[in-house]
Amino acid sequence: MHRGKGMKFVGDSRIPAKKMSNIPKDYSEYPGKTEAFWPNFLLKEWLVGAVFLIGFLTLTVVAPSPLEKMADPTDASYIPLPDWYFLFLYQFLKYEFASGPYSVLGAFIIPGLAFGGLLLAPFLDKGPGRRPHQRPIANAFMLIGVACTIFLTWEAGSHVDWEARAKSGQIVEEVEIDTSAAGYEIYKQNCASCHGAELGGGAGPALVGTELSVDEIKDITVNGLGSMPAVMKGKPEEEIQQLAEFVKNPSGGEEGSE
Amino acid sequence: MLQKLYDWVDERVDITPMWRDIADHEVPEHVNPAHHFSAFVYCFGGLTFFITVIQVLSGMFLTMYYVPDIENAWNSVYYLQQEVAYGQIVRGMHHWGASLVIVMIFLHTLRVFFQGAYKKPRELNWVVGVLILFVMLGLGFTGYLLPWDNKAFFATQVGLEIAQQTPFIGEEVKTLLAGDPDIVGAQTLTRFFAIHVFFLPAALFALMGAHFVMIRKQGISGPL
Repeated sequence: MHRGKGMKFVGDSRIPAKKMSNIPKDYSEYPGKTEAFWPNFLLKEWLVGAVFLIGFLTLTVVAPSPLEKMADPTDASYIPLPDWYFLFLYQFLKYEFASGPYSVLGAFIIPGLAFGGLLLAPFLDKGPGRRPHQRPIANAFMLIGVACTIFLTWEAGSHVDWEARAKSGQIVEEVEIDTSAAGYEIYKQNCASCHGAELGGGAGPALVGTELSVDEIKDITVNGLGSMPAVMKGKPEEEIQQLAEFVKNPSGGEEGSE
Repeated sequence: MLQKLYDWVDERVDITPMWRDIADHEVPEHVNPAHHFSAFVYCFGGLTFFITVIQVLSGMFLTMYYVPDIENAWNSVYYLQQEVAYGQIVRGMHHWGASLVIVMIFLHTLRVFFQGAYKKPRELNWVVGVLILFVMLGLGFTGYLLPWDNKAFFATQVGLEIAQQTPFIGEEVKTLLAGDPDIVGAQTLTRFFAIHVFFLPAALFALMGAHFVMIRKQGISGPL
């Protein structure tokens, strides 16, 4: 840009008296088919951006963003899981040499060295050569780092029971519990410790809005299901019936009886 | 008409040099996918910026409904998803954008690294770029808590426990982030909200400004 000696300013301002015309600068650093950024190349960038945006919006429509039920700090059975891009660190801290008495090593020293190395890469790899074979050490470190990150993320993901997580996180509609129902007391004594006092779930799944029929519920309470014990085995048939009816329709209203 | 308006402004504030710096330059052949398709690797940085713009805009619209308070945070997000017109789309953009921006910044970092594009004279730009990556990860960590659902709460609790293990100043770091040495609660949510919406974006804009100014000053690194 034209500055300094020989520049005439208007009054006390920094604006030059002589106007420069808006012509592109000479460009000869890279031989070859250069292209003006404005407007030719920018138009192409916008086309790429538009295609990207269409794909992105399709994703947001096809896969609505997840929301689990409201935070419940007393829920001791919940297994924490960070967002996927922190999984590698989460997995790393599970290993014996990186946890317990070595947690400072696992949480700070090793990740600190890795990210510190990344931050200071230009000062560690100072040679003038840019081609991959001219800097084998830098590339080897980066490849090992990337491989470790991908491996740890994969390990963390494969140890998660995604279906159980989706179930335990599900938002359950709140129901008004009919505490005068005959089945309520039976529920409280036999089921509430796992399925929650308000049928919202806990160690066991939520029961609100269950799609099982009364007969199916009766069968499960008597015979158990999976890890659920056969809580009502040997109890009077009348109690089992009352319990199943309560679970099917805890509010005692009309809408649940269909 | 437009030309006259431009001239009028230009005469007073001299915007032509700025215009030249921003838009008036040539794009070399080796970064142009129209000439060499493999040059699409040069798009990752631009796409990172594009998603960042999406994040800023969708985030601004989200704050129109979001309430950073433990009683209402979850309910406001639930309301936004269920009742507000296009609320699910806007939150979806912010949610998926948060993942995509990490993917893109990762690819961009790898491109720059394996091409050795950080070598003299671009060392400082690389350092600023890695700082942008750190800020992005910070935005991801603080933003994850805001919906105040179970996964947000427990992940943050674990994250704060890790921060607590910082040598020498662990307790202080945790208190600074959570607002309390023991409780993850109302204070934590407002602090994470402030960090996510004010502190880190301010740092991000400053760093991005430096990143772009340096690209314009130094130009794109030559072909390998």
